[in-house]
Amino acid sequence: MSYSEKVIDHYENPRNVGAFGKEEEGVGTGMVGAPACGDVMKLQIKVNKDGIIEDAKFKTYGCGSAIASSSLVTEWVKGKSVDQALAIKNADIAEELALPPVKIHCSILAEDAIKAAVADYKKKHGE
Amino acid sequence: MDLTADYFSLFQLPRSFKIDMTELDARYRNVQAEVHPDRFAAASEAEKRLSMQWATQANEAYRTLKKPLERAKYLLHLAGHDVQADKNTAMPAEFLMEQMEWREAVADARAGGDHHELEQLLERLNTDLAAHYGELAALIDDVADWPKAAEAVRRLMFMERLLSEIEDALVALEE
Repeated sequence: MSYSEKVIDHYENPRNVGAFGKEEEGVGTGMVGAPACGDVMKLQIKVNKDGIIEDAKFKTYGCGSAIASSSLVTEWVKGKSVDQALAIKNADIAEELALPPVKIHCSILAEDAIKAAVADYKKKHGE
Repeated sequence: MDLTADYFSLFQLPRSFKIDMTELDARYRNVQAEVHPDRFAAASEAEKRLSMQWATQANEAYRTLKKPLERAKYLLHLAGHDVQADKNTAMPAEFLMEQMEWREAVADARAGGDHHELEQLLERLNTDLAAHYGELAALIDDVADWPKAAEAVRRLMFMERLLSEIEDALVALEE
């Protein structure tokens, strides 16, 4: 199996790696894991007063496809409202990165990470 | 012999998580000897094909029952419970946080060439693994709590992955 160019690009130059400071406002954190491959993914969104995601960070321990999926979604969610971010589907991620069927669970993981981050944000901010 | 029999019946073992490894090895050798191609040298093509199928089945069964995690997954499968390894991403947050810390520690030790640290991580993990497999055995054999057993299996899948990460790192440092 070979990785697509887009996967390799995100893997070699991952966007938005890291974490927000604990004291920062408007942060929602999603932690998810895929038992099938033991991948662990932490995705954070930083939401401004207008409910728009202005920044996102991630840290993923996993294969190239898992890293690429999380890197890609941190780019996609920026500028979106939290509800628009929820509309991101794993199929879109898989298509963009040309993931083979055995790696679809990596894109599911990334979709679930966004959902978990949004849920955490809403819980903390009383929505 | 019956090709549709489950792996436990194939080796005449009780259907449980705790199994006698010596017995498993002995039964496997018996089945292997029975279906060995040498015994079918003079047999018809159909019989040869059947013995081949048997040999494959016995190998697969042995591989599955020998490893505790695979054995647990198989028992869940027989009980009609899916482990949901692909779709269930909602592990408890503190467990995932812990896994992330483990993975960071392994990555740091590997990058820093810290053999001693890796050995210590390995020792801690092996203790954890033994405790988790003990709990899993109780969940399956004593109370047959399949949903809880499935969750325990999902946790162990992460831990086994961690184990291979540490082993890989140790091999990489040896080289």
